Amino acid sequence: MAQRSLKGIAVVGGGPAGLMAALTAARHGAAVVLVDENAEPGGQLRKQIHKFFGSKAHRAGVRGYRIAQELISDCTAAGVELLGQSVVFSLRECTLDLLQKDDAFNLKADAIILATGASENALAFPGCTLPGVMGAGAAQTFVNLHRVLPGRRVLMVGGGNVGLIVAYQLLQAGAEVVGVVEALPYLSGYQVHAAKIKRAGVPIWTSHTVLEARGDQEVQEVTIAAIDDHFHPLPGSERTLAVDTVCLAVGLTPLAELAWQAGCRFCYQGALGGYVPLHSDNMETTLPHVYVAGDIAGVEEASTALEEGAIAGLAAAAAIGCPVPIAEFDAAQERLVSLRKGPFGDIRQLVKSEIVKRWADCRVVE
Amino acid sequence: MRITNHPLLGPQPPVNLVPLEVDGQVIWAKEGEPIAAALLAYGIRLCRTTKRRGEPRGVFCGIGHCTDCVMTVDGIPNVRTCVTPVRAGMKVTTQRGLGQWPNDH
Repeated sequence: MAQRSLKGIAVVGGGPAGLMAALTAARHGAAVVLVDENAEPGGQLRKQIHKFFGSKAHRAGVRGYRIAQELISDCTAAGVELLGQSVVFSLRECTLDLLQKDDAFNLKADAIILATGASENALAFPGCTLPGVMGAGAAQTFVNLHRVLPGRRVLMVGGGNVGLIVAYQLLQAGAEVVGVVEALPYLSGYQVHAAKIKRAGVPIWTSHTVLEARGDQEVQEVTIAAIDDHFHPLPGSERTLAVDTVCLAVGLTPLAELAWQAGCRFCYQGALGGYVPLHSDNMETTLPHVYVAGDIAGVEEASTALEEGAIAGLAAAAAIGCPVPIAEFDAAQERLVSLRKGPFGDIRQLVKSEIVKRWADCRVVE
Repeated sequence: MRITNHPLLGPQPPVNLVPLEVDGQVIWAKEGEPIAAALLAYGIRLCRTTKRRGEPRGVFCGIGHCTDCVMTVDGIPNVRTCVTPVRAGMKVTTQRGLGQWPNDH
């Protein structure tokens, strides 16, 4: 297998965290290779056609795909080398094994930043494997990026931000959304997203779940029902809807296989989507010179992924000897903390602090 | 079906349409789009049937992870159609079970 040695940093994953990590490290003088599985980098930003909100520092008012375009051209200008259509299939210490088209080779770097993102959760019910049942994020990719509708009549399962935003974007693209089902008694997504689909007349059924999808070879109808406080279906409340598509927006799980394989220590954090690699507040894992950023370090949002990417980029650059002013770390940390406010943010801030504490404990023991 | 005019993205920019053979029928695909997108544009959602029970499967994750959308492409089985770009003249077939390699007998 061909070998390549890089005096610098290899970043795995070209979404918001990876692009920002690569850009930040390169701007501080590090040689950076950014590896991405897809033909073009940008990750899930490429299909985000809604405007971001928050503060100006976090690109409020800018549509996600524009952020990806800006970051990619900034990376190119900063000298980041982009390796597209390259799958990383193993990580040992700071050496990656890659498959680029049909060629396998390994890449040894001085530091690694894993920014591999997350994958959508599935939901088990009879008929859930029928063609037409798909991740809401998958549907969003087909609609916004490839401009193809996955179906004409859609039921959205999940009233978090992904479910609400994708339901609206399906409407924008010309599909009919027959309703949104949410098992909790309330919608957990932002009111601003819920309002858009409510104005369009889409029914929202809270305290409801999907019981079964049916069809010959593909989805033709779906049955939903109300549920009690213990999430048990209430007999007699079933209703059957004619749909050809059921979109599942029921959470995400960090894609952390490479960190597991490399031997990083983990902990389980339900609020962040599952098992996450322990990391310091500089995003270093329990393995020296291996960093994480974005959803792999706990599922949050694109804005937090960008800031974690910036911090990982600074820390990795500093670790390999590039001069990084301490004030830049402080500023990035401050921006990140400012994103974790409010009822959802507070929980994430608490859990992240717990992860950092567990990371420090590991360091003492070893 | 294709979204020809989108309220935010505007009209579809000019693209290069190429022929794609699906189970012997020719459809027109945008060069470089994922095979699965080309199939969805024609309402084709069945990608494969399972080995034991012959159950239908189609696109689920759209990011190359779940492998539900694998099909046989140019004779090679188990190709993830959601992340494999269309090239002119490709031949795609609905896969039965684990598929067959060209040298299998």
